[in-house]
Amino acid sequence: MSAVQEVVTEAPAVEAVPKRAMTLGNGTSLAMLLVLILVPLFVKNFIIFQLTMLLIYALAVLALNILTGGSGQFSLGQSAFYAVGAYTSAILMEHADINYALTLPIAGIVCFAFGFLFGQPALRLSGVYLALATFALATAMPQLLKLGVFEKWTGGVQGLVVTKPDAPFGLPMSQDMWLYYFTLAVSVAIYIFSVNLLKSRSGRAFMAIRDNEIAASAMGIDVALYKTLAFGVSAGITGVAGGLGAIAVQFVAPDGYTITLAISLFLGMVVGGVGWLPGSIVGSAFIIFVPNIAEGISKGLSGAVFGVLLFLVIFLVPHGARQIAVVAQQLLGKFKKN
Amino acid sequence: MRSKPRTLIAASATAILALAATTGAALAQKKYDTGATDAEIKIGNIMPYSGPASAYGVIGKTEAAYFNKINAEGGINGRKINFVSYDDGYSPPKAVEQARKLVESDEVLLIFNALGTPSNSAIQKYLNAKKVPQLFVATGAAKWNDPKDFPWTMGWQPSYQTEARIYAKFLMKEKPDARIGVLYQNDDFGKDYIKGLKDQLGARASMIIAEESYETSEPTIDNHIVKLKASGADVFLSITTPKFAAQAIKKLAEIEWKPLHIVSNVSTSVGGVIQPAGFENAQGILSANYGKDGADPQWNNDPGMKKFFAFLEKYYPEGNKLDGSVVYGYGAAQTMVKVLEMCGDNLTRENVMKQAASLKDFAPDTLLPGIKINTSATDFAPIEQLQMERFKGEKWDLFGDIISGEASN
Amino acid sequence: MELFTNQVLAGIATGAIYACMALAVVMIYQAIDHLNFAQGEMAMFSTFISWQLMQWGIPYWGAFVLTLAFSFAAGILIERLLFKPQAKAPILTNVAGFIALYAIINSVAGLIWDFTIKQYPTPFGSSPFLGSQLISTHQAGMIGVTVLLLILLYLFFQFTRIGLSMRAAASVPESARLVGVNTGWMIALGWGMAAAIGSIAGMLIAPVVFLEPNMMGGVLIYGFAAAVLGGLTSPFGAVIGGFLVGIIENLAGTYIPGVGNELKLPIALALIITVLVVKPAGLFGRPIVKRV
Repeated sequence: MSAVQEVVTEAPAVEAVPKRAMTLGNGTSLAMLLVLILVPLFVKNFIIFQLTMLLIYALAVLALNILTGGSGQFSLGQSAFYAVGAYTSAILMEHADINYALTLPIAGIVCFAFGFLFGQPALRLSGVYLALATFALATAMPQLLKLGVFEKWTGGVQGLVVTKPDAPFGLPMSQDMWLYYFTLAVSVAIYIFSVNLLKSRSGRAFMAIRDNEIAASAMGIDVALYKTLAFGVSAGITGVAGGLGAIAVQFVAPDGYTITLAISLFLGMVVGGVGWLPGSIVGSAFIIFVPNIAEGISKGLSGAVFGVLLFLVIFLVPHGARQIAVVAQQLLGKFKKN
Repeated sequence: MRSKPRTLIAASATAILALAATTGAALAQKKYDTGATDAEIKIGNIMPYSGPASAYGVIGKTEAAYFNKINAEGGINGRKINFVSYDDGYSPPKAVEQARKLVESDEVLLIFNALGTPSNSAIQKYLNAKKVPQLFVATGAAKWNDPKDFPWTMGWQPSYQTEARIYAKFLMKEKPDARIGVLYQNDDFGKDYIKGLKDQLGARASMIIAEESYETSEPTIDNHIVKLKASGADVFLSITTPKFAAQAIKKLAEIEWKPLHIVSNVSTSVGGVIQPAGFENAQGILSANYGKDGADPQWNNDPGMKKFFAFLEKYYPEGNKLDGSVVYGYGAAQTMVKVLEMCGDNLTRENVMKQAASLKDFAPDTLLPGIKINTSATDFAPIEQLQMERFKGEKWDLFGDIISGEASN
Repeated sequence: MELFTNQVLAGIATGAIYACMALAVVMIYQAIDHLNFAQGEMAMFSTFISWQLMQWGIPYWGAFVLTLAFSFAAGILIERLLFKPQAKAPILTNVAGFIALYAIINSVAGLIWDFTIKQYPTPFGSSPFLGSQLISTHQAGMIGVTVLLLILLYLFFQFTRIGLSMRAAASVPESARLVGVNTGWMIALGWGMAAAIGSIAGMLIAPVVFLEPNMMGGVLIYGFAAAVLGGLTSPFGAVIGGFLVGIIENLAGTYIPGVGNELKLPIALALIITVLVVKPAGLFGRPIVKRV
C-alpha cells in the first residue's frame, strides 16, 4: 500500500468479439426465422405464451448485449428500464386508452431518454463502480414505483391490470397467437436494427470504446456521446421489451421488476455469449426454462440445482452459446470440405 | 293362453324397474370438468418456495402432506387428490406463467391457496375469464371478497382490514386518548392494515400520531423504533412480518420503551417470533387470532389439535408445530377437502364454487372454539371472526368475546 | 437537535453492521479485484454453522473459533474447486459464477435450517451502552471488533510479506510471478481470509437481525455501497464508509420530507454515486490511473 496511485493496465473487462462474428450467417438466420414462424401453429396456447415471453426476454438480453458486449459498459440495472417501459405501456393503455401497438414506440422513446440521462453520470464510472450504480438503479426502481405520489397512475403496490388485445381485423387466431406474431415482428425489426447499428459507424465507435477507451478518445471518437447513446439505445429496446411484457402478462406490479430480473438478464447475456446478438435467444431460453427444470428436479433445492446447472454451463462453455456456434461452424466447414 | 294380468304385471314391473333404474342413474350421474375423473381430483397451487417470501413455502408442504393423509385414508368419495404445486418466487409474471401452466398444461380442476397479493392479483383476471376457481387465496387483502365482479375468486383468512378494524374498535373503547405510533411494511399487507385502521377510526384517525414504513430489504428496523419512541406514542402497532416483528420486540426492550404493543396476526407464532425475540420481552403484547397456537399447552387435549399433532407425526414429521404457517396450511387444506366432499359426484368447476359459497358453520380442527366458516353467494369471506389475545408467560391468553370484523360502527 | 443526534447515533449503530460486511467485501476485492456476490451468503452459512455447533453444546467462543477455521478452509476450497478452473474465462463469466454460488448456498441453507428466524447469542450482552438507549453493548462490541479487525488487516497488508504479495498478485499478476509470488495460492488465501472475515461479520450481525437464510441479502448491498464509498482499496475507507452509509440513510429518512422514509436506500445510493462521480476511487481509495 505504499504506491500513491494504482496503475491499471488491465485487459478490457469485456472481451472483443470480431464484428463478423456478432451475427449469424444469412442462411442460419432465415432458418431460425422460419422455425419461429411455424412452431406456434402446432402447439397449445400456453406454449405460445411461453414463446412470447422467450422473445420478450431475448429482446432485453439483446439490449444488454449492445450495451455490454457492444460498448463495454457493465449494467446490472436493466430491470429498471424494463419496468419503466412496462409501466409506460400499462398506464397509457389503462388510463389514456391508447392502442397497445402505439404504446410501444412511446415506451421506447421514454426509456431511451431515461437511459441517455442515466448514462451521463455513468460516464465517470466504469467496471465495478458502474456495476454498483446500475445495481442501485435496479434496487431503487421497485421503491420508486410504490411511491405514494405516483399511486394514482401506477396503482401503487397493487399494480395495474392490463387488457390483452384481440387479433385485429377479426383474424381467426387466439389472443396469444396474435400477440406472439406481433412480438415476433417487433423483435425481428429490432434485431435487424441492432445488427445494422453495430455494423455502422456508431457500432464501430462503441466497439472501439469497449476495447480501449483511452485510445478511442485519442483517435477523436466522442466517447461521452457514444457511451450515453449506447445506454439510451439499450434502455429504449429494453423499454419496448417491458411494454410487450406488460401486455403479455396482463399485469404490472413493483414486485415483478426487482433486482432478480436484472441479474437474470445478465445471466442470459453471459450464457448466450457476450456480444453475440443471436445468443440472446439462447440466453433467454436459459433464464425461462432452466428454473422450471430445476424446480422439476427438486422443489426444496431448486435454487441449488439452478446454481449447479449454471456452473456446468460456464465450465463447459465459458464464452456462452457463441462458443457452441463457432464449434458448429467449424464442423460444418469440415463437413463441406469433405 | 297367456294370462293377460301376468303380462300386465310383468310389463308394469319392468316399466317400474326401468324407471327406477333410470332415475337412480340420473341421481348417480357424475359430472366432471377438466381435472376431475373417477379416480382423481387435480388441484393446482402456487407458492413462493424461493425468493424473499420463501418462509411461507412451508404452507405448501403442509398442504401436500395433508392431502397425502386424505389419500391414505381413501381419498374424497373414492377419488385421490393430485396436488400440483409450483414455485413463483413471489414474482407476479412467474405466477402468471405457473397459473397458465396449471390450467392449460396440467389441466387442474381449480387453483387452491395461491399465496401473495401481487401473485393473486396477477392471475385473478385470467382465472375468472377461464372460469377456473381461485379458491381460498392465501392472503388477507380485502379485494378477494367481491363475488359480483370476480365470481371465481374467494379468500379464506380474515382480511387485514378486518383485523385492523378490530384493533381500532378495541383502542377506541379501552384507550380513547391513545397516541398511536404505527410501524408498517411498505407493501399491500402493510397498506391494507393502515387503511382498515384509518377507516374504522374515522374521525378519530388523528389518534395516529406517527407512521413509519419500512422495506423488507432493510436489514433491521431498529432506527424506526427509535423514531417512534421519540414521537411520544404510547401505543405501538406493529404491522410487521415475523422477522421484523421479532426485531421490534427485542428493540423495544433494549431501549426500555413500554407502550401498549399490538402485533399483527401474521407474526404471533410462538416458535417463529416470540421465542427468538425473548419471552421476557414479549409480556403484555396484544394481538388477535382465529386459529389455535401449536405452542399453547391449553390445546394439548383438544380433539381437533390432537388430530393435528397426530397428522404431523405421521405425515409431516419435519413440520414445526410451533410454526403458525403449518397450522394455517392444515386448516386451509381441511376446508378444501370439505368443499370437495360436499361436491359429491358433481365435480364441475361451477359446482365447486357453489359448494364453497355454501359453507355453514364449518369448523376446521385448528380454528378457535366459536370461530366458524360461513360463506354465501354474497359473502366470499370465509373467516371473519377473531378473538383478542394477550401474551403472558410463554403463551397467548385469549380474552374477551369473539369479535366479528365486518365493517360496522 | 436531539433528534439529529439520535439519528446520527442510531446510524452509527446500524452502520457498524455495514462496516463489518464492507471489510469482507474489501478483503475479497484486494484478492481478486472483483466483488463476490456470494460473500453475504457465505457469511450467513458460516453463521449457521456456528449456531449449529452451539445447538450441539459447544460453548460460544469454541464455536466461534471452529467456525473461523471452517470458513477459512471453505473459502480456499471454493476458490480452488470452482473458480480456479475458470481463471482464464472472461470476467463476466466469473460474475455469473458468483451468482450461481449465491443461489446454491442460499438454497442449501434453506433446506437444512429452514426459513424461520433463530435467535443468535452475543458475547457482549444487550443492555444500553453507557446508559444510552440508542446503542446497546452489543452494538458497541460490534464497533470494537470491527475496528480491531481493521487494525489487524492494516498491519497485515502493510507490514507482512504475504500481505504485499497478495496485493501484487491481484493487481499486477505477471510482474508478481516474475518475482516469485505464487499468484494462484495468493488468490486462494485471499478467498479464505475474506470468508473468515465474512463469518465474523455474520456472527456479529445475527444477534441484531436474527438468523435466517435471507438475512444477508439487504446487508450485502449496503456493504458494497459502503466499500465503494470508502474506496475499494482501503479497509479503513470501508469502515468509515459503513458508518457514513448508516448515518446518511437515517438522516435522509428523517429530514427529507414526504418521500424520505420510503426512499431511504435509493437516496443513500444516489448520494454514493454522486460521491463517486466526483471522486471515482472513493473517499479514501487510491486514485486509479488507466494506461493505454
